[in-house]
Amino acid sequence: MTFDEIFIALIILMGSFFGFSAALGLLRMPDFYTRMSTSGKGATVCCGLLLAGVALLFNDAQVTARAIAAILFLLLTVPIGVHMIARAAYRAGTPMWRGSGTKYRFKNPMRNIQ
Amino acid sequence: MRVFLLNLLLAISWSVLTGDATVDNFCFGFLIGFLALRVSPWLPGGQGYFTRLPRIAYLSFFFLEELVLSSLRASYEVFSPKLQSRPLVVRLPMERLDQNQIFLLTNLISLTPGTMVLDVTPDNDALIVHTMFVSDPETFREEIREGFEKRVKEATS
Repeated sequence: MTFDEIFIALIILMGSFFGFSAALGLLRMPDFYTRMSTSGKGATVCCGLLLAGVALLFNDAQVTARAIAAILFLLLTVPIGVHMIARAAYRAGTPMWRGSGTKYRFKNPMRNIQ
Repeated sequence: MRVFLLNLLLAISWSVLTGDATVDNFCFGFLIGFLALRVSPWLPGGQGYFTRLPRIAYLSFFFLEELVLSSLRASYEVFSPKLQSRPLVVRLPMERLDQNQIFLLTNLISLTPGTMVLDVTPDNDALIVHTMFVSDPETFREEIREGFEKRVKEATS
């Protein structure tokens, strides 16, 4: 094990950790919006770190170029997808979780803009 | 934009002339081209490029830092036994931003875990943002104004 290999293994492990936390967030979070927040964006970080780790591991121009292109397209497309799905839910009036201590837990977000 | 293309052309010529097409050498050529253009007296489109490029790099680094920090915060929230977040829907006024700046700002906010843009008001003057970790709307507005909005304005104007 050289230093480089340990570094690459750390990057890939961190990517898998974020992927796991995104998947767990999908199960644990109480409403649509928080699920979207924890899973959608966690997946971006996870894919980015995994692709970066693979590019470093192979250390080859072709693989690196493809990994960079994939990361760029992820950064371009994921926020637009997240925004469109969230906007559809918001306009349809999907109820929103307000925290575990509050009395009224679910409210229509459109009437509670602060 | 034209100065950026000139800089790219200089970097490519550097790689070709030194006969070494690796990424390191290309970046070195880009740096040399940047310095050479910096001292040249006449340029198409003026001198705005030299202040803008470092600002764009700064915005990217700031964004990466925010991404890592808020991802860690989101995973902490997911793994903690009791949910502590108090989600909010905040109206975020956009003062004097044009369409491209709003697009960039919306993408950056949506990419950060924990915040999500739900809607843009029809006349482009405010964003409706869902946030998980900030419990006070005024603090959140202040954070975005001092963080992303300021740097997006600097990088694009």
